[in-house]
Amino acid sequence: MGRLGGALSMKNIFLFIRRYLTFIIFLVLQVVCLTILVTYNKTHEGVYSNVAMGVTGWTDKQYNSVESYFRLKNENQRLVDENNALRNMLASNFSGPDTSKTFFIDSLVKDTTGKVRKFTWLPAKVINNSISLQTNFITLERGTKQGVKKGMAVVAPGNSIVGVVVSTSENYSIVMSLLHRNSKVSSMLKKDNNAGTLEWDGKDPLVLTLKNIPKSSKVVKGDTVLTSQYSSVFPYGLMVGRITAIDADPSSNFFTLKVRPATNLSAIQYVYLVDNLLFTEQKQLEDEIKKAN
Amino acid sequence: MTDIVKNIFRFILFLLLQAFVLNKVPPLHQFIVPYVYFLFLLWLPFSIPRLALLLIAFIFGLSMDFFTSTPGLHAAPCLLIAYIRPFLLNLLLPQETTELSYVEPSLKSMGWAPYFVYVLILTFMHHAYLVLLEWLQFGDFLYFLGKVTATTAISIMLIFLIELLFYRKAKYRTNIA
Repeated sequence: MGRLGGALSMKNIFLFIRRYLTFIIFLVLQVVCLTILVTYNKTHEGVYSNVAMGVTGWTDKQYNSVESYFRLKNENQRLVDENNALRNMLASNFSGPDTSKTFFIDSLVKDTTGKVRKFTWLPAKVINNSISLQTNFITLERGTKQGVKKGMAVVAPGNSIVGVVVSTSENYSIVMSLLHRNSKVSSMLKKDNNAGTLEWDGKDPLVLTLKNIPKSSKVVKGDTVLTSQYSSVFPYGLMVGRITAIDADPSSNFFTLKVRPATNLSAIQYVYLVDNLLFTEQKQLEDEIKKAN
Repeated sequence: MTDIVKNIFRFILFLLLQAFVLNKVPPLHQFIVPYVYFLFLLWLPFSIPRLALLLIAFIFGLSMDFFTSTPGLHAAPCLLIAYIRPFLLNLLLPQETTELSYVEPSLKSMGWAPYFVYVLILTFMHHAYLVLLEWLQFGDFLYFLGKVTATTAISIMLIFLIELLFYRKAKYRTNIA
């Protein structure tokens, strides 16, 4: 009985399978489909994709070899755009601003030797310059981000003066050159420390004017002119130029001296920005006196 | 040209048509994807055994997946319509006359209305299942509904365009072949 029942049930199973073979195959294949779909989406790799590449790679390549012609125009445009973007990233388009200036936060207000720091120096590159106008400005590639402030002195290599910063942006600053109608620098004769004002009359870029040197001074041609101690912008003793002509106006007690600038203002490449750290303090004190009087 | 050679050609042609023409069409809308490749399965002969039909559908769907690199995504709906097809044909065809006299489903062999129903139901099933599988991976219900409707409409349109453009001569079944 048990044997018979077993045989019967086996027969039933075979009958069932035979009857529903199509449906079973359908289900099995569906499961296969869903399994590879799910596993592929999880792994995104493996045997299947390799097989797929082998099968379809050739046809894809053939198709692409034809299709690519239709995309040439767009591709060219894209390449041009990319080239343009890359060119804009070229190192020559950038200059690394401020690599040499470092700030220290010192707990001491004064130097241990009893000295107070007055000036800091910061190199800068000249990116625009003119000498042919009456109001000549120089553009430097340094700005507020690198610590440039309005009123900083600009000095050329060799310690000869160039001008004063009059305007700043984030990465650039504008310098009023010595060759500017409004430029005024307190200067002195090296020989006897008589101080006067250095100006420019807006004519010859090789001729500056030094005024207010008293006639008591024994000035001769070729004397050296330096920045004076009275200048709050420039450090003391920087080279300004040499005397080329002496105009002794009989109606005045002062000389009007012609000075040839020490700096070749038409050929400056790099300059130093000099910050007077005590400028604000000095200015404040002087203003108090002015108010009081 | 025997039926088997003809169908091998169709197999390749429909795959290439779908992979390199229809799939490359710039999409008008995210819902509109023109699917026509499964028409190969609809055009298979009446007399094909059900098991063979399933296997052919599976292989065909997987081949389609090779091109779209979505293994199983097209194979599953193809299997579904291959499984449904014989039942549907049994329902739609008057048993003794048509099935015996014609080789494969077409406008002429089945008549306009039954053929339209046949294509509509299988297309809808194919798309519903296909988009359901997509939807399960990502998307929302609106995406599902919209895409099934839009793709079905587009596919029906394309299929009947193909039927009208490439008119198939309805071959009678003979004892010779």
